[in-house]
Amino acid sequence: MKLALGPNQYYWPLDMQQEFYAAVANTPVDIIYLGETVCSRRHLMRLTDWLELAQKLNDAGKEVVLSTQTLIESESDLKTLRRITGNQTFRVEANDMGAARLLNEQGIPFVAGQPLNIYNPRTLNLMAKLGAMRWVLPVEMSREALAPLQSARPAGMETEIFAYGRMPLAFSARCFTARHYNLPKDDCQFRCIDHADGMTLKTREGEAFLVLNGIQTQSAKVYNLLGEIRGLQEAGVDILRVSPQAFHTSRIVQLFRETMDGLTTPQQALHGMQKLMPEAACDGYWHGKPGLERSYAENMAD
Amino acid sequence: MPLEQKMELVCPAGSLPALKVAVDNGANCVYMGFRDNTNARNFAGLNFDLANAKEGVRYAHNHGAKVLLALNTYPQSSGSEKWQAAIDNAANLGIDAVILADPGLMQYACDAYPDLRLHLSVQGSATNYEAINFYHQQFGIQRAVLPRVLALKQVEQLMQNTPVEIELFGFGGLCVMVEGRCSLSSYVTGESPNTCGVCSPAKFVRWQPTAAGLESRLNGVLIDRYAGSENAGYPTLCKDRFNVGGETYYAIEEPTSLNTLELLPELMRMGVAAIKIEGRQRSPAYVAKVTRVWREAIDSCKRNPDAFSVRPAWMSDLGKLAEGQQSTLGAYNRPWK
Repeated sequence: MKLALGPNQYYWPLDMQQEFYAAVANTPVDIIYLGETVCSRRHLMRLTDWLELAQKLNDAGKEVVLSTQTLIESESDLKTLRRITGNQTFRVEANDMGAARLLNEQGIPFVAGQPLNIYNPRTLNLMAKLGAMRWVLPVEMSREALAPLQSARPAGMETEIFAYGRMPLAFSARCFTARHYNLPKDDCQFRCIDHADGMTLKTREGEAFLVLNGIQTQSAKVYNLLGEIRGLQEAGVDILRVSPQAFHTSRIVQLFRETMDGLTTPQQALHGMQKLMPEAACDGYWHGKPGLERSYAENMAD
Repeated sequence: MPLEQKMELVCPAGSLPALKVAVDNGANCVYMGFRDNTNARNFAGLNFDLANAKEGVRYAHNHGAKVLLALNTYPQSSGSEKWQAAIDNAANLGIDAVILADPGLMQYACDAYPDLRLHLSVQGSATNYEAINFYHQQFGIQRAVLPRVLALKQVEQLMQNTPVEIELFGFGGLCVMVEGRCSLSSYVTGESPNTCGVCSPAKFVRWQPTAAGLESRLNGVLIDRYAGSENAGYPTLCKDRFNVGGETYYAIEEPTSLNTLELLPELMRMGVAAIKIEGRQRSPAYVAKVTRVWREAIDSCKRNPDAFSVRPAWMSDLGKLAEGQQSTLGAYNRPWK
């Protein structure tokens, strides 16, 4: 079982971003997904910067995948998309059917990202025929719903799951961060940069519920399948994805690796992770329950 | 100059009576779903069994209207034969087009029924022409319904680069999220549009009067709280008040409806093939009124697009029906704060 680092969903200052990737290059992560997947206005890292970083991480022994933007609206979005799908060096994660089409036309194998909505064996097979060599299951898919896809999985297809982080739950054309600051989206003043882990949205009784991250809405709770590694192995999942957060990502990657390698128990690793998470953990989706629920805690000694 | 352009009016039919009044009031097409999670309005008491569907198709066809069938949820790995059977039934019933989101289901439909017309559902999340052309190339889809997130200029650009007809939402409930890419509902309740054909489902809603006001909860999560004088709205979880950075406000979206009547001449000039009215969950009376207003508006615009103006009576009729009694041009025009 491999460990992957997902694309950074947030917008960080350049030095913070560079330090982050310099640090994760030294962690036992196998695959690193790079690129801006949320908002085309975020421009501190241009595509050439991403490609340069990709090369560095590749030289450090990591498998690098370039992730495409999830919501493609304008001709300029498409232009960037074509440059990514035509980069000819690094593998690409298609996060929109438009990206899948461009990769398929060039006959390039690709990763079918979570937003492609692969919910059943027929669609998984179809994506395989079009060139997908790996797929990421929808966040809301349960272990039970995954099983038939795994048993009918085409030869060579790798299965990846979002295993740690605040889940991307929705995308909009509207920017909720700009809205909070009473700014028009087209003149947002890049306020995302002040919120390295997004802005927490609370219910009127103060419960942390969602996170606003530009045009993306995330879960406030941290999806954490560290306690489910045996089940994930039994389900034939090949790759666990950890989503970057502002702090402690390298340590989290380390704890996943140690647990996957049997060097520590899930209980111990989770205990060590308590203070590293920006909010409480959840794992409901994997158990076929509402995403925000937590099943694992019920079985924990403490 | 009258426009040659044929712009279809596509109206919601959540029941046989709604279908009939939509046809009677001038809908060119009605769209409906079967009574299960194969469609994105899987609500109790709504939708069609086979006998009703048959009668609906007969009624619509006798009156010169088409029937579209929404099969726009994602077939779940267990029970996917239900979606396949729905395609078989659609073909046997003489449905004019099926509205699909899942590529696997499109593959089945075009293999089994090459003559069955396919529309790409808004739940397919296609917001650019490369994506739309993918579905066209792979499955021969003939029309795409666009998510309610694009600006008019982007719609126009998209239309210039695809042979696929474009259908736009013109009126009704407004999803602020890209349809097909929103799991907020299942995060709270376990049930989402993609998997179950529902959003913020009613069976999880609880209303609780408290000292602080009337509270709406969705599976226990406080969605909003209303003071005595405030109108309480249905707790769709993206359209309520939350606290961000110490400020309580409609952090994602106000409870508004989409109303694009004033854009009609522009949409017609662009060659938009069809205008879709949202609201299969609404009453036949609602469907009748909205259909009548939009029929009059489209006909008036076709007769003389340059002189088209929105009649105050239309706006007042539609205003009374709108969610939260407010309306917006949505993303088509970007007036957002």
